[in-house]
Amino acid sequence: MIEARQLTKLFHDKKRGQIRAVDGVSFRCQPGQVFGLLGVNGAGKTTCLRLLGTILQPSSGTATVCGFDVLGQPERVRASIGFLSTATALYGRLTAQETVEYFGRLHGLAESLLRQRLDAIFETLDMNEFRNRRCDQLSSGMKQKVSIARTLVHDPPVMIFDEPTHGLDVLTARTVVGFIRDCRARGKTVIFSTHVMREAEKLCDSIAIIHGGRIMAEGTLGALRERTGEQDLDDVFVKLVEEK
Amino acid sequence: MTTLRNIGIVYRKELLDSLRDRRTIVSMIVVPMLAMPALMLGMGTIAVRLVTRAQQEIPKVMILGGEDSPKTLAALRALKTIEFVPPSPDYTNLISDKRIRAAVEVPAGFDAALRSGEKRTVQIYIYEGEMKSSFGAQPIEQFFRQLSDATLNERLAAHNFPERLLKPFDVQKTNVAPPKKVSGNLIGSIIPYLLILMCMTGAIYPSVDLTAGEKERGTMETLLCSPVARTHLVYGKCLMVLTAALVTTFLSLSSMGASFALVKRLGLGAAKGGPSLPLTIDLSSLAVAFGMMLPMALFFSATMLAIGLFSRTTKEAHSYLQPLLIVTIMPAVASLLPGVELNSRLALIPVVNVSLLCKEILSGTYHWNYIALIFGSTCVYAGVALAAAVAMFKRESVLFRT
Repeated sequence: MIEARQLTKLFHDKKRGQIRAVDGVSFRCQPGQVFGLLGVNGAGKTTCLRLLGTILQPSSGTATVCGFDVLGQPERVRASIGFLSTATALYGRLTAQETVEYFGRLHGLAESLLRQRLDAIFETLDMNEFRNRRCDQLSSGMKQKVSIARTLVHDPPVMIFDEPTHGLDVLTARTVVGFIRDCRARGKTVIFSTHVMREAEKLCDSIAIIHGGRIMAEGTLGALRERTGEQDLDDVFVKLVEEK
Repeated sequence: MTTLRNIGIVYRKELLDSLRDRRTIVSMIVVPMLAMPALMLGMGTIAVRLVTRAQQEIPKVMILGGEDSPKTLAALRALKTIEFVPPSPDYTNLISDKRIRAAVEVPAGFDAALRSGEKRTVQIYIYEGEMKSSFGAQPIEQFFRQLSDATLNERLAAHNFPERLLKPFDVQKTNVAPPKKVSGNLIGSIIPYLLILMCMTGAIYPSVDLTAGEKERGTMETLLCSPVARTHLVYGKCLMVLTAALVTTFLSLSSMGASFALVKRLGLGAAKGGPSLPLTIDLSSLAVAFGMMLPMALFFSATMLAIGLFSRTTKEAHSYLQPLLIVTIMPAVASLLPGVELNSRLALIPVVNVSLLCKEILSGTYHWNYIALIFGSTCVYAGVALAAAVAMFKRESVLFRT
């Protein structure tokens, strides 16, 4: 489970001064559900997810992931999550297998367990054909599969996806969407950020609309439709953002 | 235990990754293996050939004056190693234009002055700094030195004075240092400089690739998602940069040794007829000097890692590291400067201390108090640099600089 409490992140910019990238954000994500963070570019989605992934430290407020505090137990938090974003690239000179092995070892997996996990993941994601190929020689779809395998190798209870389909072709994007659904089916807590309304509509059990670093509204898609009186998620989004 | 395991995992991955990178292989292995032999054999061969050719050339020399001194002139012209050219008032320009190598001016009434005992001055004109001009003047100088000695002996004999009258005693110098120590003194000055230079060169590329390179390729955030403490990530990376620095230094040293041996075997150490260079060095001294490089290499690795982490891109990192290389070379040159000796104050200045100490060690002098002080202080500097790298790795504003 993920629980964010008044999460705030301030950045200092020489030209623009102090920027509140995330401003008092609170929400709760439950296991077996996909929680969507929906917002335009620059709304604060990536910063929010980086705070949950302990890649950044909050300026104020806090969050817990599987009961571990992002400020006090960052290493335990990272051990409990699988983090996938467009910014998490792969080591081009390592093979697909070496990459997944490396992250498995960093997560402290014993060698025998790591072997089992590797075989299972490579089989499930249909990666055996290119497991010994260097990542810089893989197609974008293959690379995304390696990234997914990397996030899954330690079987984390929480998955964080930051715009995971951004820049991907239709087929690869479908693989990712299928993978997110599979995570939900396996009872994992999934938080997912996107600016693509259709994706949020297809995947999310609960949605938070984020704009200017703040949560504008939160609830199921049905609840948000009811609140705004709009059916199309694009219209729901625009209405909620303009409302504030 | 977990700490060492994590550092080991990061180190092994970085090593594997780096060994698959052509640029790392070039900077870590190819450059030290090829640069030294190319420098020593290539440059040495060219230099020896040029000197030999210059020595073999029969120089053109002009005789000015001396018409009233036929005896001296005839003896001078009998020299077979010189081609004499007719006199010309434009001799200075001819020397400058390298059309003749030197000119000798025999003063008026030289033969008569030799007989009467009057003093005259023979003037030799050369182009200072021009090797062939010096070679051209050498036989002339030798001729007049011999003529001077012979005239002096004749004059002493005419007055029945013994030769020892003008030379009451001899002074003789005897070397007590073993040949290896002599070599150490001579080539020991340049080895510390080369060691420091190669150590830095070896660390540059991996330190940038493992930091700014990761930022550029987008793998930094992937790594930051792992549960390993950031300190351990820095230690693992630093260990890899240290490995590259030490391997480069060791290979440079080995190829330098092999080149020395080859130069000696091929007889390229000296020009024909010249003195041979002492090209042997005590291996145990070399091992101690290499040992002194360990904290130095760690200091360089951690410093460069911190700079690499601070940089947004590899280009920016290189633009910071190039001036650092120049700044480091200056104190490293300390070992090459004559008269600069190790003292307690210099023993605390980074790079200068190791440079001077290695020079002392290679010449066979072991100041154990300085060795301990310099090893200890360099370890402290390395520790500070490593702490700076860790602090840099923990700063969000540095990791996510755009």
